[in-house]
Amino acid sequence: MKLAIFILSVAACAQVPFERIRDAAKEPGNWLTYSGNLQGHRHSPLTELTPANVGGLKVKWAYQFPGGRNQTSPLVADGVMYVTSPNRAAALDVKTGRELWVWDRPIPKDYQSIGFGRVNRGAAILDDKLYIATLDCYLVALDLRSGQQRWAVKVEDYKPGYSMTLAPLAIKGKVVAGVSGGEAGIRGFIDAYDAKDGHRLWRFFTIPVPGEPGSETWAGTSWKSGAGSSWVTGAYDPDLNLVYWGIGNPGPDWNGDSRAGDNLYTCSFVALDADSGKLRWHFQFTPHDTHDWDSAHVPMLIDAPVRGRPRKLIVNPNRNAFYYALDRTTGEFLAGQPYAKQTWAKGLDDKGRPILVPGMDPNDEGILVWPALNGATIWYSPSYSPRTGLVYVATREAGATYFKREAEFKPGTFFSGGGERRIPESEQWGAIRALEPATGKLAWEYRLLSPPWAGVLSTAGGLVFSGSNEGNVFALDARTGKPLWNFHSGGAIASNPISFNIDGRQHLALAADKVLYVFGL
Amino acid sequence: MLLFLTALPVLAQGPHDAVADLSIGKRVFESQCALCHGADGSGGRGPSLRKAKLKNAPDDEALRKAISEGLPPEMPGAWQLSVREVASVAGYVRSLGKIAVEEVPGDSVRGKALFTERGCSGCHIVNGQGNGAGPELSAIGARRSAAHLRESIVRPSATVPDDFLLVEITDGGGHTIKGVKANEDLFTIQIALPGGRYQSFSKSTIKKLTRLTGQSTMPAFDKLPANDLDNLVAYLASLRGAE
Repeated sequence: MKLAIFILSVAACAQVPFERIRDAAKEPGNWLTYSGNLQGHRHSPLTELTPANVGGLKVKWAYQFPGGRNQTSPLVADGVMYVTSPNRAAALDVKTGRELWVWDRPIPKDYQSIGFGRVNRGAAILDDKLYIATLDCYLVALDLRSGQQRWAVKVEDYKPGYSMTLAPLAIKGKVVAGVSGGEAGIRGFIDAYDAKDGHRLWRFFTIPVPGEPGSETWAGTSWKSGAGSSWVTGAYDPDLNLVYWGIGNPGPDWNGDSRAGDNLYTCSFVALDADSGKLRWHFQFTPHDTHDWDSAHVPMLIDAPVRGRPRKLIVNPNRNAFYYALDRTTGEFLAGQPYAKQTWAKGLDDKGRPILVPGMDPNDEGILVWPALNGATIWYSPSYSPRTGLVYVATREAGATYFKREAEFKPGTFFSGGGERRIPESEQWGAIRALEPATGKLAWEYRLLSPPWAGVLSTAGGLVFSGSNEGNVFALDARTGKPLWNFHSGGAIASNPISFNIDGRQHLALAADKVLYVFGL
Repeated sequence: MLLFLTALPVLAQGPHDAVADLSIGKRVFESQCALCHGADGSGGRGPSLRKAKLKNAPDDEALRKAISEGLPPEMPGAWQLSVREVASVAGYVRSLGKIAVEEVPGDSVRGKALFTERGCSGCHIVNGQGNGAGPELSAIGARRSAAHLRESIVRPSATVPDDFLLVEITDGGGHTIKGVKANEDLFTIQIALPGGRYQSFSKSTIKKLTRLTGQSTMPAFDKLPANDLDNLVAYLASLRGAE
């Protein structure tokens, strides 16, 4: 009898079927997928923490990572927290932070991160497995209970510059993931793998080959080193069965001479059929980008009225400083406007294409343009609160002088073709901005001392959480932006916050450099 | 034996023998390094290289190694560069952090004496001697031109370094306090007071915070006899740290 109970309890824990992820709002005490839900909202339905009591938040426990600059967004399922760092995953007792298991995979000695840091942004859970993508470009499935490896598949060869830093996205029966390497002249793609055994189900190349639709947007053979990485986790609409993913910059970054044309599908959102990986639609935010403005963002899927008509939206505050609202069924452009300082476009036309200001491409002498190459926002997550009906985005306010230089493609080396000289630090700043989702109109802003590197979490209790380069973890009133609480973490924050329950009480978790902090009342 | 013979030419063309060509170094730097270190080496994703001393590359051999092999965990190695290209990039990077030795009028020995007589060491440390309220000057001659040094003496407010921002705070009691900003975050600010003590303020208790950009705590030595000024500049220009 005891044995039977034991077996039953083992079977009962560590099981996260797709339906639980799809219905994440029904169990707000867990955090089952990178963005909290498949729609990319990074919103917690928990209501215990409010503007009235958030001032009482205290550190409950902390976890030390082996290295610094951690960007992980933890997952929480059934009393266990899963955290990642480069080529490493750990399961922690959610009550104490004590390690339950640790898995790691050696980083090859000849591995190089070309154009980005050695980071990992999180894992995915499905059924009885935890999925992690590695720097040396493997997708690995671990036994959720023990951390032992179930399977590992080689996604691509790391030597020419492919790498993986993102949290995979688990949908029904599949694990979807993309690659980094946009500064190494890779040819990007988005893959789906069978969650059970890891065999590849489909691959969507972000750069079409000659003869395919979109190939006419690449001059000559420039498509071969066209980049188009896919390094940030996408979103999924279970009803439409579409996977949405943001695509990175074309290569070489700042010298577009050899790649005349729009360079599809770089700097775009793509909507892919989840069963086949076939392209349903695309929308390109920055045609023929020459400023490194990847559209590697978490797409947010929102249902909201536009001009009086209910619409299924996909919205995005983009690295290029414009906010966009599109129809997520068709990709139709509905609205857009700048949400941060920009000097490169006069506006957007009725299809959402930027109306360019002449002369803003990088040149030999240098040209001053807003935003700087890290954009008005970057990989970290925005948030959408259905409670306030607002989108929240950590916004970067900085310009840079962009230079064009020669670019010679050699696999496994930088293929960037220039660089930037940023304006003085004293003139750079940042803000948490609240925007109306259908238009991008500013509702409020909370000013930051410097351009941020941390994402935003909203909660149904009426709060917005984020972090600063100076080490502050802070809470704002979601309706007004008024600061309500802060904690000095001692480390620059470049990660995404989450919220979850411990013993039925709401907590907040956020990585600050080498340490993950968990806060509660 | 064959192995020995074939190995010889390689040894004879080791990294120490490669001649740096700064124009090659500049070209490679702008193409391969500018992404992280900025087009002019002033930093971005990676640190600024416009410094006399580089933390991870204290000598030229270490710098060449860092360029060709990378610096874990962030910086990839430029393994594809030839020995000469690596040496050229290293030479160019060193040139970013150094001001070439200039011929300046004045007597640096007299300037050194004047530095003490005029009380400069009351606020500046040189080679371990003096007080540290102001910037350390042990290698200032390698970082700043003689013209800049002259301007800094005559009109200090024109050349205030970014990390010596003077701020004025009016506290909750209406008292006004001036000091050099030591640190700041979203909710607090720490300042160094003239006496050397630090004071920390919660921004929620401050009535007014004014950043006195372009103001310096250093007095302007604009009445110095021309000879003395030349001597002082010559002394400061001679301070180039351990080269």
